[in-house]
Amino acid sequence: MNADPRRPAPTLDFLTTKKDELIGWARKFSLFPYPFVTACCAMEFMSVSSTLYDTDRFGAALPRFSPRQSDLLMVVGTVNHKQAPILRKIYEQMCEPKWVIAFGVCATSGGFYQNYAAVAGIDRIIPVDVFIPGCPPRPEMVIDGIMKLQDKIAGSKHPIVNERF
Amino acid sequence: MSAPIQATIREQLGGEDVDVSVSHGMTVLDLPPARLLATVRRLKEELGFDLFLDVTAVDWPQREPRFDVVYHFYSTAQRVRVRVRTRVTEAEPAVDTLTGLYGSARYMERECHEMYGIDFRGNFDLRPILLYEGFVGHPLRKDYPKRREQWLIPERKPEPAS
Repeated sequence: MNADPRRPAPTLDFLTTKKDELIGWARKFSLFPYPFVTACCAMEFMSVSSTLYDTDRFGAALPRFSPRQSDLLMVVGTVNHKQAPILRKIYEQMCEPKWVIAFGVCATSGGFYQNYAAVAGIDRIIPVDVFIPGCPPRPEMVIDGIMKLQDKIAGSKHPIVNERF
Repeated sequence: MSAPIQATIREQLGGEDVDVSVSHGMTVLDLPPARLLATVRRLKEELGFDLFLDVTAVDWPQREPRFDVVYHFYSTAQRVRVRVRTRVTEAEPAVDTLTGLYGSARYMERECHEMYGIDFRGNFDLRPILLYEGFVGHPLRKDYPKRREQWLIPERKPEPAS
């Protein structure tokens, strides 16, 4: 194949792996989060994504401020009933594959907002993959949550061709 | 601290149906709804209370009349606050609007209207400001059920954990 003597001998021309593992590996290190930030957890989001904790190390940091370019929706803060249609529209604008992290206890369960205004848990609006409780969550918890999501992505099926396409 | 202006208010505005008292150092005027507009106009134009801080209501479910409507004003020249309080019934929870005196009253009255159902006669723009169109009831009234939710979209039923 490589008969040219001036070029080095070929190595690693072939890899044996499973399609789902390969795509899962690629996808879990290229998460582009869309921060849907509504409340005080935003401070913690800034902290965990900036230099000191630096979620970029996990390939999960570069925020895209358009849902069409992102594949991870991070819902950071309280979501109330007036915002619920907006959150659902944002989710529907994202292309598959997409994942959702509920960041903080308000997004997880409503927290101490159990009243007429707040939605007690965003899983009553959109499906959620990882819940990170805490008011606000520690950066370690957020990193742990992202790593759990990466494990989930690595271990799941990634259909490239399905019945619709 | 603010004794001279308190004495002036008591002298000029106190009367048989306007009760002037002091609560935690702040002058409080209790008056019937019919006297509200005239009293506030005098507070603004003669006594210099030029800043309208807020209007809110207090719900006393067991009491008749049921609602207090509470106003706070501030004099930027004298740095003094004053509280004006009036009582309205559940059957007719209406007071006169202050939009003719303070422009900012338009927004604060909208909030008080949606949260407590107080009707401000003469304020013709009482659309919801924090709530949304279609919200039924007044959430800060004490008979509003604490957990009653009013969805704008159908609620998603979470899948059972597998």
